[in-house]
Amino acid sequence: MTTKDEDEIQELDRVTIRFAGDSGDGMQLAGLQFTNTSALFGNDVSTMPDYPAEIRAPTGSLPGVSAFQVSFSSYEIYTPGDEPDVLVAMNPAALKTNLPDLAKGGTLVVNADEFNETNLRKAAYEDNPLEGDQLAAYRVIKVPITSMNARALKDSGLSPQQIDRSRNSFALGIMFWLYERPMEPTLHWFEEKFAKNPAVAKANATTLKAGYNFGETAELFPDHYRVRKANLPPGRYRNITGNQATALGFLTASRLAKRPLLYASYPITPASDILEELAKFKRFGVKTFQAEDELAAIGAAIGAAFGGALGLTGTSGPGLALKSEAIGLAVMTELPIVIIDVQRAGPSTGMPTKNEQGDLLQAMFGRNGESPVAIVAPATPGDCFNMAIEAIRIATRHMVPTIFLSDGYLGSGSEPWIIPSLDDLESFEVTSPTDAETFEPYARDKETLVRPWAVPGTPGLEHRIGGLEKSDTTGLISYDPENHMRMVAYRQQKVERIADDIPELTVLGKPEGALLVLGWGSTYGAIISAVQRAQSSGLSVSAAHLRYLNPFPRNLGDVLARFDKVLIPELNLGQLRMLIRARFLVDAIGLNRVTGRPLKIREVEEQIYKLVQQKAVSVA
Amino acid sequence: MTSVAPDPLPVLARKDFVSDQEVRWCPGCGDYSILAQTQKLMPELGIPRENIVFISGIGCNSRLPYYMNTYGFHSIHGRAPTIATGLKLARPDLSIWVITGDGDGLSIGGNHLLHIIRRNVDVVIVLFNNRIYGLTKGQYSPTSEQGKITKTSPLGAIDYPINALSFALGAGATFVARSLDIDVHHLIATLERAAHHKGTSFVEVYQNCNVFNDGAFIEFADKAVRPDRTISLEQGKPIIFGKEQNRGIRLNGTTPEIVELGNGVDESDLLVHDESRPDRTVASILTRMEYPEYPVPMGVFRAVERPTYNELLEGQIEEARSREGEGDLEALFAQGDTWVVD
Ligand code: SF4
Repeated sequence: MTTKDEDEIQELDRVTIRFAGDSGDGMQLAGLQFTNTSALFGNDVSTMPDYPAEIRAPTGSLPGVSAFQVSFSSYEIYTPGDEPDVLVAMNPAALKTNLPDLAKGGTLVVNADEFNETNLRKAAYEDNPLEGDQLAAYRVIKVPITSMNARALKDSGLSPQQIDRSRNSFALGIMFWLYERPMEPTLHWFEEKFAKNPAVAKANATTLKAGYNFGETAELFPDHYRVRKANLPPGRYRNITGNQATALGFLTASRLAKRPLLYASYPITPASDILEELAKFKRFGVKTFQAEDELAAIGAAIGAAFGGALGLTGTSGPGLALKSEAIGLAVMTELPIVIIDVQRAGPSTGMPTKNEQGDLLQAMFGRNGESPVAIVAPATPGDCFNMAIEAIRIATRHMVPTIFLSDGYLGSGSEPWIIPSLDDLESFEVTSPTDAETFEPYARDKETLVRPWAVPGTPGLEHRIGGLEKSDTTGLISYDPENHMRMVAYRQQKVERIADDIPELTVLGKPEGALLVLGWGSTYGAIISAVQRAQSSGLSVSAAHLRYLNPFPRNLGDVLARFDKVLIPELNLGQLRMLIRARFLVDAIGLNRVTGRPLKIREVEEQIYKLVQQKAVSVA
Repeated sequence: MTSVAPDPLPVLARKDFVSDQEVRWCPGCGDYSILAQTQKLMPELGIPRENIVFISGIGCNSRLPYYMNTYGFHSIHGRAPTIATGLKLARPDLSIWVITGDGDGLSIGGNHLLHIIRRNVDVVIVLFNNRIYGLTKGQYSPTSEQGKITKTSPLGAIDYPINALSFALGAGATFVARSLDIDVHHLIATLERAAHHKGTSFVEVYQNCNVFNDGAFIEFADKAVRPDRTISLEQGKPIIFGKEQNRGIRLNGTTPEIVELGNGVDESDLLVHDESRPDRTVASILTRMEYPEYPVPMGVFRAVERPTYNELLEGQIEEARSREGEGDLEALFAQGDTWVVD
């Protein structure tokens, strides 16, 4: 939907831009600045970085390409966009790896200076794609960014290498002009970021403006564009990534539970941000511990929980596998730890910087014996905050290890987040027993089946726990067959009863109909967007998104029963679908993608049309 | 006496540290003595019982926490140091004891043992070294001598054994000691020293597994030969041993030599034991002395002060608070660029 006004400004509802270049080209910075500027301007925004797995791949090579996608809009959006409308390609390798995603008819801004023989060879181009008609399907705008940037900065006193490092700001300037963005926030940011190096700050400012002016005067672009403010719920906002929200959520949970937090973790992509983030919060009393390995990290979390603190550990899929045995120990000792799994593409080392939802069944069952745990999964970057608090609330109230299933797309993606007030958050103080007369380590609450969290330092409550089977009530070692049967059942029922303590599943759209699209985790944005579109075209389709995966919300069975068909899109081969089929005997249909990329709105939409129209046909 | 005086700590006795659990080691096992000395020592430490925690991994030794009437955690194989670390970081007020063995600590849990020692977390680690896998009924362990015939090494173990104390020193241990299950006075005195040391105290106890590796240490630990085949290290004293106290250890470069006193050799030629040497070299030489080439040194090899990991962590929190003030959560929520939508 576009309208033209006299200043040749076209109005758009939504634009998706991808900045792509060499990992040294500063594409993440350019993308983040564009995002913050758009958010401050009042658009809704959603972002997705795409880093190379290699830290320092050779300059100009295909594996060395780094990209950042940002979608901004005048209405509420839930994903960073299926495909970019604009691709900024700083070199041939960036063009080659990102062109397949560019929308047909999309705009391509290329740094023409870099399309030289060496770079073309590194990108395995036989012919220069800027010549000939390979790019005929796109609007190609060739800009000699390297040389124009160099010219703008010839008097800056910087070395040629330093000058080249500001090319991203030139490109950003062009984009700012093209989409009518103010430059002030970025100019201000340069001053702060390069406070120690005013010459660099000045160079970036100069070239940013040069890029902007170039856009205005060069007449390479027939129009420029306006994306109006979005109509977002009122409040004070900031932009937040999922991993930042996760760190803040756990910190906040510690305040709400009035228990100190120990975060023990071993660096692993894409979860390391959380350790880095929490390590900055020392003044809040948070203790972070960079352990020697994954096993030590969870061991320390268990030790902290035994001591009455909140024991938290975080990892990605391979690390979750390593922690399995210790999670079993926490199941047996019924200690409240939380394990964060920021999932990535597997198996094994897989694709560390690419996304997948492959760990659901590992989280459910990846341990020896009958070993139930609670599982929660945030749906959006901002939701990581809420679900972190929920994870701690569930773990401490139900004395059960709880897995927080995030993923790389949520963790590094960002969205505007309404800054909460502490008063709006409910505290959930947890108690520990002190009465030596009545204390039994494995006596259970009649309703929740929870055992007391007795902590060292309490006189008269000295007791021993461990991985061996416990005798009901006393907690002494027991090999009694009936006791084992009873304890296995207790541990299972204890987790099942959490369902009474979590919200029911809500349905977006009508509570019954032809099709329910059921999802979990980071596919939320694509599913909601697709379902909303289909609904506005009159299709009988609703959506529901599970943020509690074990136990399921108590009304899930009822919700499923009200629809003729159930579609479960997942970034795996059908793990939730397997659980739903087993549990509810519902013949759910899968939409399964394992490309390392997030799910696309269009993919869900196509499937919805297929299923709902099939239905229409069969009724006819 | 006025009524405002605090209640005196209840005076505890050994029996207060004995749990109601029936001890289930094989009769004659060296573990009994280690348990008894530990229980005897506890009241001497003056620490309230509820502030003491015993944490173990897997193995015969790791049953010990069940027999102590303190807080206890019988965890999983090799991981006791990790649980102890987490507990100590969360609860620096507690006195934490890690009970481990040659398989638990040096094989499956070797990495954790290395790192807890390297970090100098303030706990006591007691490693029961019986040079065999007892609980799994008799396979060779990482401290078994080469050539040892066991169920899994019918032609003799081809592994070179690890020396527990050299390992601990290599990791930078601030307190390293060795004792013997049957030498009860020495054992309790060594454990007491370990308890009072600030930082990781590492104590290896030679422990006889009379079922699967009986007599592993008898050649030098038997009472009759002990004075001639072991050395009792004493701080500040020249290293002398032997029933007649007539032999000593002299250093020739980095090689220890056994010398007879007399005939021109006197105490001033001998190595004087100094556990507080900042440099680890001499302690390391002592740990390398193995029977039958040398008498086996027993006692405290090294005891030096160095800030503990838990202190340093608390220190960073204090420092951050004094520099930046107590954390303001809502300010943190609103960090960076923010904007308002009406
Ligand atoms: S097997 Fe050996 S170490 Fe284990 S209890 Fe029996 S004697 Fe002791």
